[in-house]
Amino acid sequence: MAGGQREKFDNPVVEWVDSRLPVFTLMQKEYGVFPTPRNFNYFWNFGAIAMFMLVTMIVTGITLAMQYTADTTLAFNSVEGIMRDVNYGWLIRYIHMNGASFFFIAVYIHIFRGMYYGSYKQPRELLWILGVVIFLLMMATAFMGYVLPWGQMSYWGATVITNLFSAIPLVGDDIVTLLWGGFSVDNPTLKRFFALHYLLPFVIFAVVFLHVWALHVTGSNNPTGVEPKGKQDTLPFHPYYTMKDTFGLIVFVIIYAAFVFFMPNALGHPDNYIPADPLVTPAHIVPEWYFLPFYAILRAITFDIGIPFTDIALIEAKLGGVIAMFGAIVLLLIMPWLDTHPVRSARYRPWYKKALLVFVFGVVVLGYAGSQPADKVYWQTCIGSEAACSASDDHHGVATDTAHTGDDHAKPEKAPMVLKFDNTMLAQIFTIYYYVFFLVILPLLSRKEKALPIPKSLHEAVLAKAKASAAK
Amino acid sequence: MCADTATKKDHEEGTRREFLNLAAGAFGAIGTAAVVWPFVDSMNPAADTLALASTEVDLTPIQEGQSITVMWRGKPVFIRHRTKAEIKAAEEVPVNALRDKEEDKDRVQKPEWLVMVGVCTHLGCVPLGQKESETKGEYGGWVCPCHGSHYDTSGRIRKGPAPKNLSVPEYAFLTDTSIRIG
Amino acid sequence: MKNSILSILVVACAVIGSVQVASAAGDAKTPRQMDWSFSGPFGTYDKAALQRGFLVFKSVCASCHSLDLIAFRNLEALGYEEGQIKNIAAEYTVMDGPNDEGDMFERPARPSDYFPSPFANTAAAKYANNGAYPPDLSLITKARKDGANYVYSLLTGYKDAPEYVQLMSGQHYNPYMAGGVIAMAAPLSDDQVAYEDETPTTADQYAKDVVQFLNWAAEPEMEARKRMGVKVLFFLSIFALVMYGVKRKIWHDVH
Repeated sequence: MAGGQREKFDNPVVEWVDSRLPVFTLMQKEYGVFPTPRNFNYFWNFGAIAMFMLVTMIVTGITLAMQYTADTTLAFNSVEGIMRDVNYGWLIRYIHMNGASFFFIAVYIHIFRGMYYGSYKQPRELLWILGVVIFLLMMATAFMGYVLPWGQMSYWGATVITNLFSAIPLVGDDIVTLLWGGFSVDNPTLKRFFALHYLLPFVIFAVVFLHVWALHVTGSNNPTGVEPKGKQDTLPFHPYYTMKDTFGLIVFVIIYAAFVFFMPNALGHPDNYIPADPLVTPAHIVPEWYFLPFYAILRAITFDIGIPFTDIALIEAKLGGVIAMFGAIVLLLIMPWLDTHPVRSARYRPWYKKALLVFVFGVVVLGYAGSQPADKVYWQTCIGSEAACSASDDHHGVATDTAHTGDDHAKPEKAPMVLKFDNTMLAQIFTIYYYVFFLVILPLLSRKEKALPIPKSLHEAVLAKAKASAAK
Repeated sequence: MCADTATKKDHEEGTRREFLNLAAGAFGAIGTAAVVWPFVDSMNPAADTLALASTEVDLTPIQEGQSITVMWRGKPVFIRHRTKAEIKAAEEVPVNALRDKEEDKDRVQKPEWLVMVGVCTHLGCVPLGQKESETKGEYGGWVCPCHGSHYDTSGRIRKGPAPKNLSVPEYAFLTDTSIRIG
Repeated sequence: MKNSILSILVVACAVIGSVQVASAAGDAKTPRQMDWSFSGPFGTYDKAALQRGFLVFKSVCASCHSLDLIAFRNLEALGYEEGQIKNIAAEYTVMDGPNDEGDMFERPARPSDYFPSPFANTAAAKYANNGAYPPDLSLITKARKDGANYVYSLLTGYKDAPEYVQLMSGQHYNPYMAGGVIAMAAPLSDDQVAYEDETPTTADQYAKDVVQFLNWAAEPEMEARKRMGVKVLFFLSIFALVMYGVKRKIWHDVH
């Protein structure tokens, strides 16, 4: 960044500025000629796309903040005023609302890319950690933003999530009261959430800056995971990747726009169009889709963890759920030290690849489990008499009385056993896998997995691929 | 020959590339401009603001020589039931002597009712002169406390820094004793 | 690699899709799927149906349900002229004030006023309706899953209660309501509202028209949104093609 070895610009105005503050030299160095591996695939577009989404959210958010009122009596109607009376208000609000979802889509794909190609590994650990910090900040921002329209899901989501903190031993309740600024989620809560929702995106922006800075120190990873060794392995960022990123971005925006204009509420919940009512809880409280896997982990811990064969509970179920949920993110933070295998890319690690794809599948299933009522039964069967079973079965109130008429007294002495598989068990299975993946599989594979031969250099890998496609 | 077609091909490639770059630039520019407009327009008055942009006023309670102030579009509107003397004074001023040349008859629909926006045309303060107790300035109308602009009984600028007469809003008599402003 | 990622994406999409359906399930019967003029990416409101629906709302629903977010001026979107809107507004009285003497007073509504609620407040509404609060209808089709179809099915879906459902007084059976029990009696019956045109005056037609009206009330921006959406997607598609060309040209000599 030192101004000493600066090349001159032809344009006199640019030169005048640059000789005093070398911003143009900086841009030229970091985004113009920056040497970038030549073999990126389209997964590498999602960093730029996430950046675009952040800017989109900030611009639409500031515009909305000019019209929004953070007061429990006015918030809902001020949002509807934006939707109905403000010029293009519906457009800006729908861009913002769906933007949250598409920001998370971009970031989830970006994270997957990092995991698949080993971008978290040495020397990019800090880059990865900064990314996880951004992800955490995004979650906090998105959660508080969802509260602002003050609909039923806003209110009850806020109530449930802030109540998580009451699980903390000793000081939990005091912390919750502090968060609320009262004895329930109310006006003070809404006002501080608005203030923080406005602030945090700029914090995110600052961490993104550090994230990109760290990236430009180590340079990008690439699909082979082999570090570029010289000029033959890289291309200047501009125009090769600026244009490729722009193309990918537009394709992404097409999908995004399809949601904004044609199904703007498909990713939201209808209950949030009902004004908040502290006296009525909706039938199913569901967070936004991007929180569902974590919500499922939270609900999966339904048992106290204590000393075996005694009644002493060390960790109550409520606290256990909270720990499991936050632990799921902490695992991401320490991932670079859990997986120390020398080969980066899953391309050359068949076992890691399988385990990771199962992990992704598991997260998706957890997301599904999070969206369903906890006691939903997927499958059940009876051992012993059917009659006894159906008698002990929970009725749903409708037409079960016809089944057991004839054999009411068949084998009454044998206690019936109902085997069932419900939503909680589904969530528990994949929560276990989530933890096993990080804490068992990754360290184990680090030691035991034999990698496939990796290409000697990037250039060689690209050439081999070109040859193969030419041969076809 | 071979080299010839090669350069020709290169040339075609070049123009095609240039065209594509130009098209991409144009799309980018148009797209950006189209995106900017909704954000700018969102700051213009909203539909509910525009809908409230008219105010109805009942004039019956205002006695001769009295004034009232009503809110219209967030601004004060002065409504004065002028006395015969005030009307006469306003009508007798030679127009050529005025900074902002306007006949009194062009500023009123009925001579006894003067309706105007009570915002000084200098820098937007509200002039004094509505209440009996307030000073009415050197010309018996209104005087702005901020920088001393004096207005006459027709609300015309007579002295001080203000460039224009107090503006007359769009209004209509609904009946003999009620008006709608805006 | 590519295949496995693709299959994961497919599974993910399928799961997300089913989440939508599943979260709605509850105990209620799935609403009947109707073919509305406003469904689909090119759907628009039928102005005649909107006006009829407004008439049904005004003469039937409005006796218990509020429509807080709609002002009379909004009725322009139904195809009414300014004068007609003024006349419609003038049929209602609204509270205004305080006047110069400090008193609140009633006056005929103006186009800038919002639809007055049938009840002074929530408590009054509950008291008048056996403890059940008739929800505001301005957002009803957005506030329910598959809203338009749901409201239509609910309005036309009243049935005699099956034997296993015990109704208390003031309760009615409707399979489309979660739990099957609803406090609102079947509101629509044939020939209840007189239409000015030839449209049949059946309960089914009333339901269709009022759903059209309520969907407009919930999404007045829908036509503008879809129109703009078609243009935006068209623009972006061409832009994507051009960018693809640019990108290919640039990468031509690298591959």
